[in-house]
Amino acid sequence: MENWSLVSICVLFGLTARWAVSLNSYSGAGKPPMFGDYEAQRHWQEVTYNLPVHEWYFNTTDNNLNYWGLDYPPLTAYHSLLCAHVAKLINPDWVELHASRGHESYGHKLFMRATVLVADLLIYIPAVVLYSFYLSEGSNKKKVCTVLCILLYPGLILIDYGHFQYNSISLGLALWGVVVLGLGWDVLGSLAFVLSLNYKQMELYHSLPFFCYLLGKCFKQGLAGQGLFLLVKIAVTVLVTFALCWLPFLSDPGQILQVVHRLFPVGRGLFEDKVANTWCSLNVLIKIKTILSTDTQLYFRPVCLLLNDLPLPAIWFLQASTFSMLPLFLKDGLLVPYVVTSLAFLFFSIYLLSALEHCSEDKLRLGPYRRLLICMPRMDLGRVTKWKFYFSITAMAGLSFMSVALAPPAQLPDLFPLLVSVFSYLHFLGLLLYFNIVQIAEPPQSVRKNQKKSN
Amino acid sequence: MCYLYVEVHSVISIPPRLIHRGQASVYDTGWYIVLCCGVVLLTMTVFSGYFSHSTDFEVHRNWLAITHSLPVSKWYHENTSEWTLDYPPLFAWFEYSLSHVAQHFDKEMLVVQNLLYTSPATILFQRLSVIVTDIVFIYAVKECCRSVREEKGSKDLLGHPFFILAALLLWNFGLLIVDHIHFQYNGFLFGILLLSVARHLQGRHLEGALLFTVLLNLKHIYLYIAPAYGIFLLRSYCFTEDNTDGSVRWSSFSPVRLVALGSIVISVGALSFGPFIAMGQLPQVLSRLFPFKRGLCHAYWAPNVWALYNMVDKALSVLGVRLKLLDVAKLPKASMTGGLVQEFQHSILPSVSPSITLICTLLSIMPAVLSIWCRPRGARGFLRCLVVCALGSFMFGWHVHEKAILMAILPFSILAVESREDAGIFLMLTTTGHYSLFPLLFTAAELPIKVLLMLLFTLYSFTSLKKLFRGSLLNPLETTYLLGLVAVEILCEVVYPLSPWQHTMPFVPLLVTSVYCSLGVCYSFIRLYVSLLRQHGTDKHKQL
Repeated sequence: MENWSLVSICVLFGLTARWAVSLNSYSGAGKPPMFGDYEAQRHWQEVTYNLPVHEWYFNTTDNNLNYWGLDYPPLTAYHSLLCAHVAKLINPDWVELHASRGHESYGHKLFMRATVLVADLLIYIPAVVLYSFYLSEGSNKKKVCTVLCILLYPGLILIDYGHFQYNSISLGLALWGVVVLGLGWDVLGSLAFVLSLNYKQMELYHSLPFFCYLLGKCFKQGLAGQGLFLLVKIAVTVLVTFALCWLPFLSDPGQILQVVHRLFPVGRGLFEDKVANTWCSLNVLIKIKTILSTDTQLYFRPVCLLLNDLPLPAIWFLQASTFSMLPLFLKDGLLVPYVVTSLAFLFFSIYLLSALEHCSEDKLRLGPYRRLLICMPRMDLGRVTKWKFYFSITAMAGLSFMSVALAPPAQLPDLFPLLVSVFSYLHFLGLLLYFNIVQIAEPPQSVRKNQKKSN
Repeated sequence: MCYLYVEVHSVISIPPRLIHRGQASVYDTGWYIVLCCGVVLLTMTVFSGYFSHSTDFEVHRNWLAITHSLPVSKWYHENTSEWTLDYPPLFAWFEYSLSHVAQHFDKEMLVVQNLLYTSPATILFQRLSVIVTDIVFIYAVKECCRSVREEKGSKDLLGHPFFILAALLLWNFGLLIVDHIHFQYNGFLFGILLLSVARHLQGRHLEGALLFTVLLNLKHIYLYIAPAYGIFLLRSYCFTEDNTDGSVRWSSFSPVRLVALGSIVISVGALSFGPFIAMGQLPQVLSRLFPFKRGLCHAYWAPNVWALYNMVDKALSVLGVRLKLLDVAKLPKASMTGGLVQEFQHSILPSVSPSITLICTLLSIMPAVLSIWCRPRGARGFLRCLVVCALGSFMFGWHVHEKAILMAILPFSILAVESREDAGIFLMLTTTGHYSLFPLLFTAAELPIKVLLMLLFTLYSFTSLKKLFRGSLLNPLETTYLLGLVAVEILCEVVYPLSPWQHTMPFVPLLVTSVYCSLGVCYSFIRLYVSLLRQHGTDKHKQL
């Protein structure tokens, strides 16, 4: 079958799964007085629609910052404003100042879910498709499989369409940046990333690789000529984009300071930490890595490639990241979607990417580990890894079941969330270490191919 | 002759145990498990947040309650709820066995007086029961895939007819919508039907007959396709040989086989109806099974001939009033503005009674049935006749529900992956038939699901069959008609609700959907018949 039809089918399937999860509960459903992230987003629509720009980030009589005050950069605020205009057309009650606080209704839920779907469809999904087709290697079949597996990542689906957030926008913009940089359009790539940064400040996690890559590219082209020109172009793009995003706040330094203060407050709660886990994992998902080899060539190896290259560790990591958010999903009443999407992701990605077959020591690049374990030469590290994977998934399933079915002992009420966190943390540590070792120790495939050609 | 073919085919299709990794085979189970799991997981995601509003939910809850709480003698007399037991006794026994599992989920659902009772546990149990009984369907599809004819030559997995058939059946839009979103046990029932068909294709006729008898005792709507089974088994199974010109050789009649078939039918019937006959309740049971008090059409007209008939009648009456040929006062009430009501009274054209619909149905299936008597073409000829019977009964039946189109679509999928012409008719019938199911899901939350799933299935069926048969399968007129469905959808779901007529004439979208789809379904029926008669003609020609 032709590519476009296969990709369309994957996208339609991904969208169906997303909308199906949407029908479930959301964060803070039916839990006054504070509710949850869903109410926060609705409140931001109310604030941005009814109040003038200079009041959005300030504590005023009309805007109580203790009740879900805006704490994302201006692009989120503009997006909320856009949604609010649409909401006003459909039902003004949804964004009525003060009166709409805690508004929960069937129609409103559909509207909010629809805004997430539209944003996803316009920004994130096209980026995923373009990424898989232009920047990953392998046959067309494999690229289509990659699209499907990325779209089925449960963490993003459950957070965006279950809990309720708009991560697909910032992540999508960052991914656009990656794709565009990979195609060689540096200015546009930096523009995309700056927009992403101005949507959610969490994207700072990704900023270092972007910065290093672009700076390195400028150095490579020679600071005396082309390189300098490129550097200037990028710097100007970044500054202008920032200026445009922050335009309404530039008139008053107090405004800028207040916004920055809202974006980076001291003392964030445990709740945010759980969502920050998504960022940590998504960071690995699209981490851009720069390698300076002896040939001083700069490489671009987004870790999505790992789904193609090292499917088993990538799947393992992504599943662990979803598992780490289990306490949050249980709190939101998203147990069944969590179980179903995790099973679907594991099933499809293991089968389509043949993860369990590419499990030899060589394919998993376990050379450095082999050198470390010199005392145990007879162990087949590939098989060991496979068994560790099975054990890990079983343990995750077991812990999930226990969190739901058993009551924790009275002296340790947070026992299960703690176990989940520790377990996930160990996984993150181990797998991140592994990814870094693999990337640093062995030369990239392209270099190896070149060497093969020259020999 | 057909048995020889089937035997040879089944020998050829048994592959060596050691299969080369590159070659895909119907015996590799990996892809099949993935397809099954995909659909099961999708349905689970949908139901977890979704509280069904369909009446069928309450219907089945009521039947669980009746069979669990009341003694057998009261099952067909009970009418506390309006949803009385109107399926044959074997289905009642099925509900009875389910109720034993149900009591562990929520005992309250089994109380007959708890009308419209619902709870998360009840919903969970009901939905899970559909998913679990779908195992029958999954097994049946696997068996059908094994029986599919295919050309030699290596293809990648996605291009194999058996893969396409599996996807078209497991991910059938109509089945997903009706079973998992709406709520019925069609997966279970169609599983038995497809398994029966698969057994006939494999030459195991007694098993096929047994399965069909069981099916008939589970849901009597399958009586419509009983003629196909009856004539086929009589002609091709009871008469063991044919003359050289294909006509029946009366001397080869095998009484043993007839007795075997007869005993199967009687024993299953006895198991099912036996207790009720013993209690003298047979007339009561039959009156529940065949209620002819309901109108010619369902509240939403199924896209069949009567929808067009009603439309013409309505149009003529409106025209008549406009041209002052008719007196408005003399027309039956509710025919002008009432829209779609069950008791639709025709004002100009003659009224249609149940016996007329029966006669029309019998007339419509007669040529097909005669064709397999005179020129049997083995199991595939039988399958074609079955599809024609199902579609004919859909076209002309009394009080047909639009869900009944699935009885034609699902078996037809098997023929669609084997012949180019059938694939073209299949695409037309399936797309129109599936679209006509849209009014079943009318809430805003269901709109993205039904649109996305419809697009998914339609896109897949078109691209896969086009690739399989290498080239376009529909002519421009047909393509235009199908594209018109998009316009109808936008009109009905987006444009019309925002227009001022939504309040005065709310039935218009349903009317438009029904009439537009019935054009497509009628056209497919005619084409199917033409292809069947043409094959019959070719056979006759070969004899001369």
